[in-house]
Amino acid sequence: MGKHVLLIEDEPNIIEAISFILSRDGWRVDTHSNGQTALAALRDKSPDMVILDVMLPGMSGYDILRGIRDDPATAELPVLMLTARGQIKDREMAERIGADKFMTKPFSNAEMLETVRAMVAG
Amino acid sequence: MPESALTGTRIRERRMARRMRQSELASRVGVSPSYLNLIEHNRRRIGGKLLIDIAAELEVEPSLLAEGAEAALIARLRSAAESAGEGAEMERAEDFAGRFPGWAQLIASQRRRIGALERAVETLNDRLAHDPHLAATLHEVLDTVTAIRSTAAILADTREIEPEWRDRFHRNINEDAQRLAEGAQALVGYLDAGGDAETEVTAPQEEVEAFFAARGYQLPELEEGRASAVEIVEAAEGLASASARAQAVALLERWAGDARAMPLSRVAEMVEEMGPDPLALAARMGGDIAMAMRRIAALPGREAGLLICDGSGMVTFRRAVEGFALPRFGAGCPLWPLYRALARPMVPLYERLGQAGRGGAGVERAFGAFAVAQPQGMPKLGKSPLYEAHMLILPDQEGGEALTTVGATCRVCSKPDCAARREPSIMTEGF
Repeated sequence: MGKHVLLIEDEPNIIEAISFILSRDGWRVDTHSNGQTALAALRDKSPDMVILDVMLPGMSGYDILRGIRDDPATAELPVLMLTARGQIKDREMAERIGADKFMTKPFSNAEMLETVRAMVAG
Repeated sequence: MPESALTGTRIRERRMARRMRQSELASRVGVSPSYLNLIEHNRRRIGGKLLIDIAAELEVEPSLLAEGAEAALIARLRSAAESAGEGAEMERAEDFAGRFPGWAQLIASQRRRIGALERAVETLNDRLAHDPHLAATLHEVLDTVTAIRSTAAILADTREIEPEWRDRFHRNINEDAQRLAEGAQALVGYLDAGGDAETEVTAPQEEVEAFFAARGYQLPELEEGRASAVEIVEAAEGLASASARAQAVALLERWAGDARAMPLSRVAEMVEEMGPDPLALAARMGGDIAMAMRRIAALPGREAGLLICDGSGMVTFRRAVEGFALPRFGAGCPLWPLYRALARPMVPLYERLGQAGRGGAGVERAFGAFAVAQPQGMPKLGKSPLYEAHMLILPDQEGGEALTTVGATCRVCSKPDCAARREPSIMTEGF
């Protein structure tokens, strides 16, 4: 049935907006906003994909992504990285560590939906 | 002032050509030998009756001595013409300066202004990449914009939306709009503060630099033992961040130690007598050469640049001097004796140098630079020491040594065929 996504982001109003549009699209959305406990939450919820903000309190999104890729259970999990900086080096960093997609803030809702759908379908 | 600089040099040349001793000329025109020495080394302006008297003693036209001003102006005009690279009649620069001195001055000062602006542009370029405060504020603004955009799109595009959700989103947009307004204001306020890229305070290192610059690199209360390093830093308004305060305390504590070991009044006497030579000063007063450099730079009224870097090349103290640009961020020019000293610890270096002008133009101002790398802190048994390098930059130094052309940092340096070049210059392209 509905696919399951874990949104790791610390900005409450962004969480609310993304949760809303994804829920409307039929997704089950879990959210988490602390970097340090994000990996534990991920193991706990075992979602179909992760949306991960780069700038998080406690631990950077890059470190969390490394943790995801290092754990055999989540090594193949689709990860969409969000960042407020569209600089090439950020994107390269995300790709090197193993992000499947990379999205720059501010994104449009349509863009978000399209990307997330494509990532889990494909 | 370079205008009077050449006058002093000319007096010295004339006098030496006539094999007249400095003390002799001084007594004939009724000044002290040390004062004449200052004039000859271009550290005192000269004009009026004294110039006429000296000219009479040296049997030359006063204008011939003072003409140095024009020579300096012509040099500037040439450098302006070279950097613009467009058909100025190079050979007629003297003619032009003679006939239109006002216009010539204007060109020369605009040329200097362009140089300053080019450096400001470079600084601002670097800021977006390196200024953590700016990056954090922009990030905050973008986060808020993201929330607003997404929420507003939901309200606009969702046909059937429950009243609770709608109210909630309205409230969120309202909150975020408020936050965005504050963020934008903070950003504008931050970018607007001072408005001057040269003096704007951002990183802790810059706070420290601004702290010293605001005091003209003079700390009489510390020199005289009236206040401690911690007291001065606590009373200082400009040192906002904890990191800046800690750096300033460390620098001031060392300064206080220097002041005790080499009191400024004694340093002033020695320098008057022997010239600003840190090696001679260290030998006479029993300190180390790096300390002597710091003391010479601390003399009131002396124009001197001082750079201190650690073993990584990171500059930990910087005092700029006009005509020798120091990059605001990142590393300087590998040709500086500062960095070369690190490769030869404990070997004092001296070099006459000047920075390459814009667009391949010649050196605008000549400097003498002393440098030395010394161990930092006490040596530890069986451990190789950490080194720290000092470079003292003294303007208008005379001497037979050939002038080395160095840069500030590669992007604003036009020196051609440089083995030390890290990246292409933005100054030469497009001219």
